[in-house]
Amino acid sequence: MPSSMIRIEALTKSYGPTQAVKGVSFEVPKGQVVGFLGPNGAGKSTTMRILAGSINPTSGKAFVGDIDVTANPVAARKLIGYLPENNPLYDEMMVVEYLRFIADVRDVPKDLRVARIKSAVERCGLTQVVSKDISQLSRGYRQRVGLAAAILHEPDLLILDEPTAGLDPNQIVEIRNLIKELGREKTVILSTHILSEVQSTCSRVLIINEGRLVADDTPERLTTSANEGGNTLHVVVGHRLGQPMDAQAIRTSLSALAGVSAVEVAGDEGTGTLGFTVRYGTDDVRRVLFDTVVKNDLVILELKRTQVSLEDTFRKLTDTRRAA
Amino acid sequence: MNGALAIAKREFRSFFTSPIAYIVLGGFLLLSGWLYFSTLFLAGQASLRGFFGVAPVLFVVLVPAITMRAVAEERKSGTLELLLTFPMDDWQITLGKFLAALGMVAVALACTLPYAFTVAALTGPGPAFDWGPVFAGYFGLVLLASAFIALGLWGSALSKNQIVGFIVGIVLCFAFYFVDKFAPLLPDSLAGVFEFLSVDYHFENIARGVLDTRDLVFYLSLTAAGLVLTARQIQATRL
Repeated sequence: MPSSMIRIEALTKSYGPTQAVKGVSFEVPKGQVVGFLGPNGAGKSTTMRILAGSINPTSGKAFVGDIDVTANPVAARKLIGYLPENNPLYDEMMVVEYLRFIADVRDVPKDLRVARIKSAVERCGLTQVVSKDISQLSRGYRQRVGLAAAILHEPDLLILDEPTAGLDPNQIVEIRNLIKELGREKTVILSTHILSEVQSTCSRVLIINEGRLVADDTPERLTTSANEGGNTLHVVVGHRLGQPMDAQAIRTSLSALAGVSAVEVAGDEGTGTLGFTVRYGTDDVRRVLFDTVVKNDLVILELKRTQVSLEDTFRKLTDTRRAA
Repeated sequence: MNGALAIAKREFRSFFTSPIAYIVLGGFLLLSGWLYFSTLFLAGQASLRGFFGVAPVLFVVLVPAITMRAVAEERKSGTLELLLTFPMDDWQITLGKFLAALGMVAVALACTLPYAFTVAALTGPGPAFDWGPVFAGYFGLVLLASAFIALGLWGSALSKNQIVGFIVGIVLCFAFYFVDKFAPLLPDSLAGVFEFLSVDYHFENIARGVLDTRDLVFYLSLTAAGLVLTARQIQATRL
């Protein structure tokens, strides 16, 4: 039994003069669900394509289940189910025809074919559309056909390149649940722009930017590391009796509170309300803030704690303009 | 090999889901039938020689029309990436495409078999209809079509544009058809070279019923060359 499902060592890929992947290394143990994050053009798809075997690396090695994908491509590809970006399908085929073709190409044993196709169809919720042409399907159904084709030969590793791109929120939830279910028994590596997707489905996050790996951790830890910079409260206040307020005076009194590090006036809507953004450290300042506001003859209309999310970590790690 | 057969099967079926197959088949039958029968009664000879005379030049257009989508369409729709991740060697993709196109040509040729039966039935009393040249002619057409398919596939593998594939295919097939047509004007030594390069020259040899290894070797090498170029073009996608 292989120790790791994916092992990538100093992988690079150049397209002419541009280098899409600049020396990426990581390892994924069996059974993990890994989210692959990065802005467009960061090298996510390129890395996944090398793993899936559709392109060759310029240098470095990639192993799937301890098989070198360039030295022994056919054996490596047998272990993989792949859903490419944009999910290309043969539009003129019926869903069931397409799945039969995949079973042929994947050399699924004759006696298992019917059962495998049936189980893939059921798991991906395609029962209603099996005899429809793929060209007639909605995006959500197309994505399911792609997933069904990827799991048909029961691979150990699933490589899903943006499995929820272009879907509506309901479809996203459906596909996400399906991936979660598949992740219980398989190793999954999926790329996405949607950060909440990673938080809800993955046990590990790899962030790639400009061809380099910039983070490799659990979603929780990445979120807390971003939190060290402080928390943020969004407050909207109004005068108790509807009298005009002095924004600067309120700002000063809020800034004086213990634990608050900075206060900004976030908005004066001119309708008798004032907004403030309050930054604070680790101590919860909501209680003292409330007391201060009341003491100043004001009422709180809105109090919202902005959770620092994976999104902030992502932006911090991948926004090169700000870093430069 | 299983992979190549699976690809060939899918490809062959897909011909019939698009109108192209019917247009191409219909056009071929209409033209070959018309050109053949219009001269048959003038010549007054119960043979398929007229048909075998026009078939190669019709194949110059028919075969590229069959192969133009083969790789270009996969490239355009992105399904080529799927093919490249299937557990099979790259030559199987090319072989699958080749077999599917050959199957399509076989369908076109099978549709012309009634010509042979018609003429056999029209043969007057006396010597029986000679089936020998008919078999030889069909065998030669299959070889000729194989070479054209290989060239057409390479054209189709060049880009994601099927029109480019069609035009490159026609130009190549026509070049190999036309190359000996001005041979009589050339000195003998040069004429021999041009004749050897001509698909039509070798076809005429076979259609006469003379099965020479040189003709076979010519067709098989041309086919192999086209297929190797196609496979390399597909492989280049991985770089």
